[in-house]
Amino acid sequence: MSETTIERAAKATPPSVARKIRGLSDRAIAWIFVGPSIFLLLAINIFPLIWTINLSFTNFRANRPNREVEYIGLRNYERILTDSDIWLTMQATAHFLFWTIALQVVIGFTLAYLINKKFKGNDLWTTIIVLPMMLSPAVVGNFWTFLYQPQIGLFNYIVSFFTGLEPSSFEMIGSVALAPWAIVIVDTWMWTPFVMLICLAGLRSIPDYIYEAAEIDRASKWRQFWTITVPMVLPFLMLAVLFRGIENFKMFDLVVQLTGGGPGSVTELTSINLKREAFEKWRTGYASAYAIILFVTVFGLASIYVKALNKVKER
Amino acid sequence: MSYSLTEPSKRQKWFAGTLVILYAVVTMIPLAWIFITGFKSPADAISYPPQVIFEPTLEGYVNLFTQRTRQTQEFLEANPPEEWYDEIVRQYDMVIVGPSKFGERFLNSVIIGFGSTFLSVFLGTLAAYAFSRFKVPLADDLLFFILSTRMMPPIAVAIPIFLMYRELGLSDTHLGMILLYTAVNISLAVWLLKGFIDEIPREYEEAALIDGYTRFQAFYKIVLPQAATGIASTAIFCLIFAWNEYAFAVLLTSGTAQTAPPFIPTIIGIGGLDWPAVAAGATLFLLPVMIFTVMLRKHLLRGITFGAVRK
Amino acid sequence: MKTVKLMAATALTGVIGLTGAVGLPATAAQAEDLTLCWAAWDPANALVELSKQFEEESGHTMNFEFIPWPNFADRMLNELNSGGQLCDLLIGDSQWIGGGAENGHYVRLNDFFDAEGISMDDFAPATVYAYSTWPKGSENFYALPAMGDANGWFYRRDWFERDDIRAAYLAETGQELREPQSQRELLQIAQFFQEREIDGQTRYGAAIFTERGSEGITMGATGALYAWGFQYESEPGSYDMVGVVNGPNAVEALEFYKELYETATPPGYTDSYMGESLDAFKSGQVAMAMNWFAFFPGLYADPEIGGDTIDFFVNPPQEVAASTLGGQGISVVAYSDKQDAALEYIAWFAQPDIQAQWWELGGYSAHNSVLNDPGFVDSAPFAGDFLEAMGGVQDFWQEPAYAELLLAMQKRLHDYVVADQGTAQEALDLLVEDWTEIFEDEGLL
Repeated sequence: MSETTIERAAKATPPSVARKIRGLSDRAIAWIFVGPSIFLLLAINIFPLIWTINLSFTNFRANRPNREVEYIGLRNYERILTDSDIWLTMQATAHFLFWTIALQVVIGFTLAYLINKKFKGNDLWTTIIVLPMMLSPAVVGNFWTFLYQPQIGLFNYIVSFFTGLEPSSFEMIGSVALAPWAIVIVDTWMWTPFVMLICLAGLRSIPDYIYEAAEIDRASKWRQFWTITVPMVLPFLMLAVLFRGIENFKMFDLVVQLTGGGPGSVTELTSINLKREAFEKWRTGYASAYAIILFVTVFGLASIYVKALNKVKER
Repeated sequence: MSYSLTEPSKRQKWFAGTLVILYAVVTMIPLAWIFITGFKSPADAISYPPQVIFEPTLEGYVNLFTQRTRQTQEFLEANPPEEWYDEIVRQYDMVIVGPSKFGERFLNSVIIGFGSTFLSVFLGTLAAYAFSRFKVPLADDLLFFILSTRMMPPIAVAIPIFLMYRELGLSDTHLGMILLYTAVNISLAVWLLKGFIDEIPREYEEAALIDGYTRFQAFYKIVLPQAATGIASTAIFCLIFAWNEYAFAVLLTSGTAQTAPPFIPTIIGIGGLDWPAVAAGATLFLLPVMIFTVMLRKHLLRGITFGAVRK
Repeated sequence: MKTVKLMAATALTGVIGLTGAVGLPATAAQAEDLTLCWAAWDPANALVELSKQFEEESGHTMNFEFIPWPNFADRMLNELNSGGQLCDLLIGDSQWIGGGAENGHYVRLNDFFDAEGISMDDFAPATVYAYSTWPKGSENFYALPAMGDANGWFYRRDWFERDDIRAAYLAETGQELREPQSQRELLQIAQFFQEREIDGQTRYGAAIFTERGSEGITMGATGALYAWGFQYESEPGSYDMVGVVNGPNAVEALEFYKELYETATPPGYTDSYMGESLDAFKSGQVAMAMNWFAFFPGLYADPEIGGDTIDFFVNPPQEVAASTLGGQGISVVAYSDKQDAALEYIAWFAQPDIQAQWWELGGYSAHNSVLNDPGFVDSAPFAGDFLEAMGGVQDFWQEPAYAELLLAMQKRLHDYVVADQGTAQEALDLLVEDWTEIFEDEGLL
């Protein structure tokens, strides 16, 4: 498939240009330039994807090389979609997605709005705010478990300092009620800067003259905010939501290090659940079907979302 | 300067600045705590209430880099400590028996990080140039498809990769991890680099072609220098991804090619977690990225939004 | 462009070179770099010490890859399943033996034992059965018993002996404070210590296993389950679990473990295993703690809480006397290309005098010459307890599907005990459902 694309790429280059050039033809260069990347993507992205689809119809187990592999049709899919435990992990994922995105949008937009006031030294502070998102989620997540320790953790201590609660009276990671919030807090701490940066790009893309015109029309600041700022930033904000949505749907490293999916299974997000199926239980066929279902879900949701996004942009 | 209608007032600026700085300070607390904990003794690290003022020690760093065993009093008396780091472990009746695995794992991170970055930027630049300069039919679809492979959860991708690498003998090898990270990074690299190359006027190359350059010469003598900034910032993105990556590393490596992120959380002392050593490892691992970010903030910040906003 | 071709060529030859390297036999005589994989814990350090002799005698070099317990199974099973060559020798958990044998990860050692004159009759039968054989009890050996182990208890002897504490206990319960003789008594003592002020600090009852990620809560809760007479099947090999796994005894035992967790453990004790148990005890938080015998030498030697401050007891009986089995055998990894040198190590390790030193250094030898030595029981305060515990050990499923079976139990137990969802009966009913499904998939039901 890709070969024909390159072929067409090369053919599409006007022959007049190609003839003018000494050395390799443009067609050959297109081949050579795009070829390795396409090859790598085929070998490490596309071929495995096809293999996964194939495996998803089998009862294959990667830890049982000697066992006969049988094709069992859609049985894996049927089992996944009727498994109540998987629906619970979907719920946990939905909770995580909804609250991280909601918090990050509110805080990220507010920060961007404030930074756009262009106070002195704003670029340095922006950089400092961005730091958490550049760091390794696994390493940082692991350290947050230390901050969340009920007796000795800094987080509990700070909360108790401001609220007067006994610091050992609540367990962010251990308690069923708080653990889902513990992961939301850390993810928000880490990724709010991303939403902020994209909002900032949006705010900076609004030309001054629009506000100037509004001033001349004597529109109030409040009105300017809702009729100019918000609509102009909205496409950017939606884009940030899309990226965070996809990333958090895939969330693994941070949460695995923080809670490992516990207590019980209250923070067992889909990726963690998938990892258990694929690499701890070694139900490879089953996990492949699971992976395909997740992929189709993200792809489907993202496509619908992108359509909505384009509509907003057109307005 | 002339009066501007849109310039925020002094009070607004002051108010905005205060809030942003407040947020920045709060957001830095966990990172500062990692740094501080690295210089605490294990007892100080787990004391209540958490201590900000304490006697700094390099115990965490010594524990990070060494393996130690507990020894009998006779042995300790017969072998007096030689170096300052021997003395540090002596207070727990222990002796250093050799280096820990941290150095190796850190080196793995460096090799795999830089190897995959080089490869993805190299291949990505070529592909981006082709996408930018030759009229590729369906280019947008192809690019979107390339990018959409990033929507797969890494665990899902890891299933077939695990099987494939097992067949090829690439499990737990540097080459295997470099190829994998390159494949993951290349989509973003092409996407970003195409944007940078698009901005370089075609006229330069066309003039060069007419002057008798081959297409290839034009590419590396004209386009590459112009795209240098873009290439550099793309490289940093790829490097940071490979540096921070955890899911593939934890599933596809076990020792020989294991990188630091899956290793650092498993640093334990005798008994429970040795938090100062974990913090020391985290500090050494996170610091380069933080320095990079601050130093190269202009390019980097542009890159983050660039990748997103262009879409 | 030349660079491109060059790169591709290098990559290809790299791949081919690596593939070619798999399975190359090594010549026996040369000095090898051997890697031994095990969990990171006290006995591993002792093994490093012991192995120095092997290095001197054989000329081979020993490297060690020690992985913390919470990641050990995960990492090592992944390594084996990926056909990795990281480990030449693996001291793997007893439950891995089924998978290790059936999937060809471990080298079958019978011929080697015969050639070297190593007899499994020289090792304690319970350890040979648990650590070496597959199918269970057959004459197929895939490991040499390396480290006997069981889950036991230790407590603050200094507190148990204090008159004021003893008087308070007598006043509250009408009984003498002593090493618990039953699970119920253990709970009573733990509840007595829970949130009690001793020397100006709040203390707690007992540190138990509640860990979710690997095997912690299962290993802890089975200590209670086995004591209530828990069985996995109505008949060995029948896989008939209904009414056995979820029978009234099991329900009572699980309810007991939850009560122990809720009423007698330190705060925040929701995800704790070996390390947390040691920490809680060493920091003076708890009066009693469960842990593997493997840690007992280190605890006894500890300058702070060892010596006269500590004493040990076997998992108390309730309906029956039983302990949860730990411990490992040492196996040769089938993917290693240094198998001859690895076998040499096992032959060296099996020698009676090396086994005696192993016990001295803090490893639990399973060799009869060590265990049956008249001086053994008095050689350490926990040596007698160890023999007693090993006399009544029970192990989890050792089936090749062990990991799945374990994960199901981890989930059901943690959901019930820690996350407080449903009842004990429901948790065990769900567990039977999970296990039935797994055995159906295995074609055993």
